[in-house]
Amino acid sequence: MNIVNAILEKLKTMGLLRNSNALFKAGIIIVAGIIILSALAPLLTPYSPIVGTGDELAPPSLKHPMGTNNLGYDMFSRVLYGARTVLTVVVSATLLSMAIGVPLGLISGYYGGKVDRAISIVMDSMYAFPSLILALAIAAVLGASLINAIIAIAVVYVPTYFRMVRGQTLSIKSLLYVEAARALGAPDSRIITRYVFPNLLPTVLVVFSMNIADAILTEAGLSFLGFSVPPPTPDWGADLRAGHSFMLAGYWWLVAFPGLMIMLLATGFALIGEGLSDILNPRREAVG
Amino acid sequence: MSSLRTYVIVRTLMTIPIVLILLTLVFIILRVMPGDPITSMVGMKAPPEYIEMLKEKAGLNKPLIVQYFDYLFGILRGDFGRSLIWGERPVLYEIFDHLPATIELTIFGFAVSVIIGLITGTIAGVRSGTKTDNALRIYSILAYATFIPWLGMMFQLIFGVYLKLLPVSGRIEPSLTIDWKPITGLYVLDGILTGRLDITLDALKHLILPSITLGIVLSGAYTRLVRANIIEVLGQDFVRAAKARGLSEIKVLKHVLKNAFIPVLTMMGLQFAILLTGAVLTETTFSWPGMGTFLLERIKYVDYTTIQGTIVFFALFVSIVNLVVDILYALIDPRIRY
Repeated sequence: MNIVNAILEKLKTMGLLRNSNALFKAGIIIVAGIIILSALAPLLTPYSPIVGTGDELAPPSLKHPMGTNNLGYDMFSRVLYGARTVLTVVVSATLLSMAIGVPLGLISGYYGGKVDRAISIVMDSMYAFPSLILALAIAAVLGASLINAIIAIAVVYVPTYFRMVRGQTLSIKSLLYVEAARALGAPDSRIITRYVFPNLLPTVLVVFSMNIADAILTEAGLSFLGFSVPPPTPDWGADLRAGHSFMLAGYWWLVAFPGLMIMLLATGFALIGEGLSDILNPRREAVG
Repeated sequence: MSSLRTYVIVRTLMTIPIVLILLTLVFIILRVMPGDPITSMVGMKAPPEYIEMLKEKAGLNKPLIVQYFDYLFGILRGDFGRSLIWGERPVLYEIFDHLPATIELTIFGFAVSVIIGLITGTIAGVRSGTKTDNALRIYSILAYATFIPWLGMMFQLIFGVYLKLLPVSGRIEPSLTIDWKPITGLYVLDGILTGRLDITLDALKHLILPSITLGIVLSGAYTRLVRANIIEVLGQDFVRAAKARGLSEIKVLKHVLKNAFIPVLTMMGLQFAILLTGAVLTETTFSWPGMGTFLLERIKYVDYTTIQGTIVFFALFVSIVNLVVDILYALIDPRIRY
């Protein structure tokens, strides 16, 4: 279990827990808060997110803290359960992109040559393409469902990991201790897993949390356009879509709360990413 | 000059493989991925004869490799296919009907984001390390994390529903255009060209909420970039020399701004893809009759050839804009040469 030990060591030397700053803490509090609230949803609200309460378009009150929608669904309940949908899609999708993008970037950066050029140009082309339109095309072909939304979002973010990992691998590869290991006759597989990969971790972590923030917005966009989970599954973007025409008639609570949650959760992950990047590159903060 | 010419030629040639790869990707996504597009779009309940008819019309019954070359050579000839449902109208015509609306929206949205980015970024850069700087850092994170449709809806609620000051949907009041023919399709410009200032004013009024929505969300990235550049330029010798010579703060700032703005240009290429993504969401929120609304409408109607043509068009559009931005940048910055 060499790799696991190397990773643990790296995380320790990064001093994540000791040096955390305000941004990082704020992000953790927001994200953990939303995860806990959504996990405790059945305890926090007596209403199901997909069963009408009989009260239609009721404004926020003690009984319904975020009001009810046109079908009588309790919005507070939909917001809490919606977090589960969003987190499921977004975390699965980004883990999937990472699982594809990181190894590709490692291989491409470490070995170089024709394979590297071929993969790079494909990834760069995808990277330049508008992400939501790419995800939309994939989701439209596959059909609107939870799994397909995950696939669509995962494909879109593979180049993000690839580009970052490839760039980092190129610079780590030329460091003295890697050359020393190679001179000692260490095989490529050992150099990659023992020396290159653990050094990538800090950056992968930063990109991962930033990427989740971005993916939350893409997921919301897909479901706002009608290409994620089918109704009545609770989902913030889908609720914005469904509530839009009612909002124009003055029923603001149908869209205000789900939209705020998207912003809050994306902000939480962006703050974690920002904080991590400050912790890992303290010089950058000092210079600006 | 000759090295600049080499750069332009090489950069232009480099666009060819990129476009080819994008076209192949679009083909793979739409044709090769498991499941067939028509069935999954129409739904399983549609009668099989109807699905067969649509497939036949879209050329989906030929062998894949034949389809691939038909598709590539079609695009090479400027043939983006014909609509499956709208009386077989060439897709390219339909795209050009909707493109000006998107261009008008993105130009104004982009302008708003750059103006906000320049102002907030300059303030944050000049006051770096202070509370103002920290507040603006939070602003840039929040702006980035804001969901465009939500911000748009909140503006619609305040300025449309409550204050009734601004229109919440569309590009123009339909009654104004009864016997009026646009020239370029950019209504603000066309109003001026045809001497109809009422149209220009109404188009501007319709543009306010969508472009501010789009602009605010995209401004965060510029805030950071301008801030970082300002801090870098402020530390350079020529600024210190100017200050030492007793130049006023404002005059110094003018030089700083000029230098800090150049890197913003390079980011425009990458920002363009983000701008288009934002435009799709803005258009849907404000019923703006542009490319995004058009694409979604055709996905709903399973107008398969139009969907493919529109996505191909987006791919070409992005590649060309990136090419133009890179060349512009090479013109400005003499260090970029081959």
